[in-house]
Amino acid sequence: MSAAAEEVVTEGQAVEAVPKRAMTLGAGTSLVVLAALVLLPLVVKNFIIFQMTMVLIYGLAVLALNILTGGSGQFSLGQSAFYAIGAYASAILMEDFGVNYALTLPIAGLICFVVGYLFGHPALRLSGIYLALATFALATAMPQFLKLGYFEKWSGGVQGLVVTKPDAPFGLPMSQDMWLYYFTLVITLAIYIFSVNLLRSRSGRALMAIRDNEIAASAMGVNVALYKTLAFGVSAGITGVAGGLGAIAVQFVAPDSFTINFAIALFLGMVVGGVGWLPGSIIGAAFIIFVPNIAESISKGLSGAVFGVLLFLVIFLIPHGARQIAIVSQRLVARLRR
Amino acid sequence: MELFSNQVLAGISTGAIYACMALAVVMIYQAIDHLNFAQGEMAMFSTFISWQLMQWGVPYWGSFVITIVFSFAAGIMIERALFRPLAKAPILTQVAGFIALFSIINSCAGLIWDFTIKQYPTPFGSSPFLGSQLISTHQAGMIGVTLLMLAGLFFFFRYTRVGLAMRAAASLPESARLVGINTSWMIALGWGMAAAIGAIAGILIAPVVFLEPNMMGGVLVYGFAAAVLGGLTSPLGAVVGGFLVGIMENLAGTYIPGVGNELKLPIALAVIITVLVVKPAGLFGRPTVKRV
Repeated sequence: MSAAAEEVVTEGQAVEAVPKRAMTLGAGTSLVVLAALVLLPLVVKNFIIFQMTMVLIYGLAVLALNILTGGSGQFSLGQSAFYAIGAYASAILMEDFGVNYALTLPIAGLICFVVGYLFGHPALRLSGIYLALATFALATAMPQFLKLGYFEKWSGGVQGLVVTKPDAPFGLPMSQDMWLYYFTLVITLAIYIFSVNLLRSRSGRALMAIRDNEIAASAMGVNVALYKTLAFGVSAGITGVAGGLGAIAVQFVAPDSFTINFAIALFLGMVVGGVGWLPGSIIGAAFIIFVPNIAESISKGLSGAVFGVLLFLVIFLIPHGARQIAIVSQRLVARLRR
Repeated sequence: MELFSNQVLAGISTGAIYACMALAVVMIYQAIDHLNFAQGEMAMFSTFISWQLMQWGVPYWGSFVITIVFSFAAGIMIERALFRPLAKAPILTQVAGFIALFSIINSCAGLIWDFTIKQYPTPFGSSPFLGSQLISTHQAGMIGVTLLMLAGLFFFFRYTRVGLAMRAAASLPESARLVGINTSWMIALGWGMAAAIGAIAGILIAPVVFLEPNMMGGVLVYGFAAAVLGGLTSPLGAVVGGFLVGIMENLAGTYIPGVGNELKLPIALAVIITVLVVKPAGLFGRPTVKRV
């Protein structure tokens, strides 16, 4: 293995090319899903409403990863770090500075956007496995940073912070859980629409060009460095908003909730939902929230093994994630109409 | 200065652990062109097999050989049964498969052998090596075995037909198929060899970190880091990377104030990333030239 020999390869595609039309749902399907999301909480118990809120929040975090990986082709295992920053930003603003919970979210998003944008700069020189390692370092370092004595005055150190759950405003007759669900739903929808439009815009096309072939994209005049760092920033910003919502919903933040395992879970959510298919993020989020519970209920001692087997089943049956089901059913519908 | 040289020496002895694991990482990277996150768990399971054999009265070297043969076969079987069907799936899906495998092996080992810490014997003894308090004969033996494996792998990849075919299959699968290499079996063979090397690494590491289902978690991360630092394609780079990571980790823990045990890993990783930003292909890796 001589070190001098250079290897010439045609740039392999780490992430599949997804055309932008295939990234969203049709109008009819969207309305059905929206109706289900709006009406379901009216008929289920409070605990299930809480779980649905968490699905939306994790869905946002998976969506953010999807924009980064499915959109610009950059891989990240560091999303848990941005989620942690967002969660802590919201919690500290609410508890130590008395800021209204709704106002903390844009601030959390903005802070994470800046951190992500800055992190994107050194990450520019890394790709694939190297980028995975760099983001992994970020994810492992974050809980330790949060525990540092220097921040303890605000962050509560190892013990974390307790966050008060907001009441429904204007005397609306609904429980805290239900209010929080609708609050989260509105934010999730707004961010979803923003993301869809982002990927459809000129910037979205630039991102996808970078994903499909970086050299060709730069030859066509795409500012690769700018768009890659912006993708990191936007992804981190959305993750930060999700983190802030997560802190409000769980009513508690602590350093050890945001370990590398959480980042891995978000990654699995993206794969199960379908890389580059934004609506799949919600399905992926549901997978990472419910399947570990199902595995635990099947066998306590072997829950990890059951989870692994279920995950294998999913990727054997649908290697392209939930997107594959959507494509197949779309074809079926088209055939029936003919 | 005394403190410095002592810390470097201690770093080398922990670095030997990482170097061992990094060799297995490079092995699988040569075969499949990406990292296997379940590698540490596979090594842990192999180590448990050898421990079980010794409990049943098999002598150390007997169980050593049986375990390596078992691991080799198991590695090939895992590839044939689980990852060959996924060969056409997107890479990220395969990575999810590695995570699933990780979860399955870890959970099964926990159920069979439970999570209590077990002592694992060493054939080298654990007295101080050449009168030094910092490095034991076991660690010296481990460095020796690692260097032996390195030499073996170097010759395998450079001078044997199979080794060359495996490298060809990994770097340019289509061209390799055209010259008559069975690329699919090369991948299986790579899995088998990586599992066998992982088993040796696990057996050598177990006396130091003690045997339990989560023993490989930290080690694998350092192994990855070492392999990436060394350049992923070079066994020599992996070993050098392993020692460097061990030394860096120790020096960071000693000289940077406020760094406890917990912050050692992030700092070691930060140093590695800094190196990678300057030399993106790792210290010993070949730079890749991309064309449109």
